[in-house]
Amino acid sequence: MTDQVLPEKVETTDVDSAIAYLKDKFPSAVSDDTRDGYSGVIVDKNKLVDVARAIRDELGYNYLSSATAVDYHTLGEPDSDMEMVYHAYPITGGGALVFKAQTPRDNPEIPSLVNVWPGADFQEREAYDLMGIRFPGHPNLKRILMWEGFLGHPLRKDWKEAYYEEDHKPFSSRWPSGNVWRAEEKNAYGKNVRYPDDFDLSRLNDVSEESLYEGLGLGVDVQAIEGTMHTDRLVVNMGPHHPSTHGVFRMVITLDGETIDTLEPVMGYLHRNHEKIGERNTYLHNMPFTDRLDYLSSMGNNLGYALAVEQLMALGPRWNPPSYRAEVIRVLMAELTRIVNHLWSIGFLLNDLGAFFTPMLYANNEREKILDFFEGVAGSRLMCNYVRFGGVFQDIPERIHSVQNMVNDRVRDFDSMKFLTELVSERLPRFLDEYEYYLSENEIIKARCINVGVLPPDEAVGYSAAGPLLRGSGIPYDVRRADPYSIYPELDFDIPVGERGDIYDRYTVRIREMRESLRILRQLLPRLEATKGESVAGTNAHTPRVPVGESYGRVENPKGELGFYVVSAGDAKGTQNPWRYHVRAPSFINLTPLGRMSHKQKVADVVTVLGSIDIVLGETDR
Amino acid sequence: MADLNLNELHDTEFPLPEQMHGNVAITSLSKLYNWSRRSSMWPLLFGLACCAIEMIGTAASRFDFSRFGMEVMRATPRQSDLMIVSGTVTKKMVVPIVRLYNQMPEPKYVMAMGACASGGGPFKEGYNVVSGIDKYLPVDVYVPGCPPTPQALLHGLITLQKKIDGQSLANLDDVPWYGVGPSEPTPIPILGPDIIDPRQMDTIRRQAELAALGQPIGLRALPDVPVYKPKPKKAVAAAAVVEEVVVDEEDAARVMELRQAALARKRAYDASKS
Repeated sequence: MTDQVLPEKVETTDVDSAIAYLKDKFPSAVSDDTRDGYSGVIVDKNKLVDVARAIRDELGYNYLSSATAVDYHTLGEPDSDMEMVYHAYPITGGGALVFKAQTPRDNPEIPSLVNVWPGADFQEREAYDLMGIRFPGHPNLKRILMWEGFLGHPLRKDWKEAYYEEDHKPFSSRWPSGNVWRAEEKNAYGKNVRYPDDFDLSRLNDVSEESLYEGLGLGVDVQAIEGTMHTDRLVVNMGPHHPSTHGVFRMVITLDGETIDTLEPVMGYLHRNHEKIGERNTYLHNMPFTDRLDYLSSMGNNLGYALAVEQLMALGPRWNPPSYRAEVIRVLMAELTRIVNHLWSIGFLLNDLGAFFTPMLYANNEREKILDFFEGVAGSRLMCNYVRFGGVFQDIPERIHSVQNMVNDRVRDFDSMKFLTELVSERLPRFLDEYEYYLSENEIIKARCINVGVLPPDEAVGYSAAGPLLRGSGIPYDVRRADPYSIYPELDFDIPVGERGDIYDRYTVRIREMRESLRILRQLLPRLEATKGESVAGTNAHTPRVPVGESYGRVENPKGELGFYVVSAGDAKGTQNPWRYHVRAPSFINLTPLGRMSHKQKVADVVTVLGSIDIVLGETDR
Repeated sequence: MADLNLNELHDTEFPLPEQMHGNVAITSLSKLYNWSRRSSMWPLLFGLACCAIEMIGTAASRFDFSRFGMEVMRATPRQSDLMIVSGTVTKKMVVPIVRLYNQMPEPKYVMAMGACASGGGPFKEGYNVVSGIDKYLPVDVYVPGCPPTPQALLHGLITLQKKIDGQSLANLDDVPWYGVGPSEPTPIPILGPDIIDPRQMDTIRRQAELAALGQPIGLRALPDVPVYKPKPKKAVAAAAVVEEVVVDEEDAARVMELRQAALARKRAYDASKS
């Protein structure tokens, strides 16, 4: 059933020779990034599109993982205050080619890469929205997370919000001096708002809605009607309050009859300023915030962030890598998280297909068992906040209580290793067999999923799709194999891929991934027994000393590739906050091909297409 | 829902012959109304953020809030009685939330689930975050937690039922929807340069006037307060040595009496158990 498709190393150049090739081909436009702790090349923005094309076509770095902006205001050189950072990878596996384009801060403008990588679409819109960089050549450069008409670009370093207190936490109002006033008490409106000084109440209008419908070609063009009858196009708004959008997601759909003509995702309804808050927090402060990104797989988010910061910490002195037991526990948690997430996503995909709640309730029943384990180990069911820099929060306890806040409950008191062993070797495999028996060959599911929402493999790569969406399209790209981290190289597992790239393939990829996760978990059990008693706590977990530099840590989260781009500017004794903290959210970027996949589909199918991408809004909007 | 239990419905103010217990109930109109309303509290199928996952978990088989008459989650506000605001309320989202609230028929209740909906939570300082749904809508029950466990949510729902039990039809403050005339809808916020609550227009105007006089717009001047400084440790230690231990004999005797009474109660309880 599982086809052994490991990414083979084909003729792609390694990073060093790729950089040499670029410098040779574009001698005036490409130069090394010589800043301390930085890697990659800086590309002249006027040549950016040509260089990007060469990187994609000639060097084989054809997968754009992340594109993000950094504001170096008051930190870097005055004429290049803003920077776009791109991380490109070969789809066959290997390290990143990092290239950057710089632009002055007073008139930030960088050519758009949408024509080279369509996956840059939303990421450039985000950079425009939050940083104010314009991208000439972008077909639809509108705000994406905030509403049209919002004042300013919030991620700029000199932009202050209404409840702004200080640049760095802990705020002096709380600790150590602790006076009684907080920023919100000084706000005259009693709300988290701030209006411009020249605020004109007489010209008050809400333009956020009108801008959505621009360019949709609504209304009937009477001139175009010749002889035959045309139907008027209809706009349907799905969301932000809709039972099938998996949260507060909105789609503006134009319909021709019952067929979808265009679909535009509208997001930002859960944009809770993760990155701006993260840049004020200390490094460890951010760990519980990562839980709330993809709130179904908090353990995986913790791991990705820890990897990014650990990469930087490893450059400095006094760094102790995590112990072997800590690595085993991290992988254990990451794989359990994958099962938790896939159970949930398949349950809700079937909900969207009309199998109302029964499959979801069955899946949730098993999910609760894993949550019990999380609760016993980390102390919380959902927001685990478990991974620390250089280790994990605590070892797996001897016994766990299935409901942690009922510690005197003797009935649900288990030996943790026995509980885990039974879970991964009996209960979950049996459940998966049963689940598949009822669902996989179901006629209705097949009729509604096969050849619906197809994403061809070359487009999946171009759109920077990740996770089951990419693998469902037949691309065996998995960060655990392509760019391994932790102890994955020594573990034996396959990467399931689909054939057609439709909804059914994504569904089967998820089911098979759960089986592979169980396979990994069964390999971890003897390792856990063997390393019993080893320390798991990170040595400098609470006061990390993070040297200057940049890092990009990425993990294969259940929803796809989750990356954290962290820039550290702090000296070892000064402020310990990330200068830039960016999340490459798979749920966000996987939505880029949604319009393409839904084109010419029926309106009832768009819900299942969305369900098969498996988004979670905490991560989409951040 | 459980079978109709007439004992539950019967108002104990009215005496009833013993043989009629469970067959006949005499009750007040308020109690009948409250009983029927609290026993079929239909929440709006509406999730905002992380808390929604725990809300679904509460609805699912393990915790199952249909035991309390809440199994019917309605996707349309027009059929629901309770809005569980489950997650961070952003400025962009508060506009549809207020609109949904206005579309719910009365009587309607709002529950703020979790830290974010109650007061902004960990994301409070964010530029797009509303620090608590109670800035816009009247909240009946707050459930703390980040996210609240299913047990905590169930406790919040039971608390809401208790609140409904205490409402009286005779008191229009309790049940304003039985008053004369239609209720006023909550004004829908406007997305301008920042979110604008139409109810605050006067404040905004006054602030603009103050700004013309040179005061920073939107800022309230606060009096200076003394900054707390912890005592140096040495001085504290020295003071402890000098201080004499004064025993208030009367007080000590009272405490001893209370302790012994508590001990006697516990013994009596243990004896009754065994």
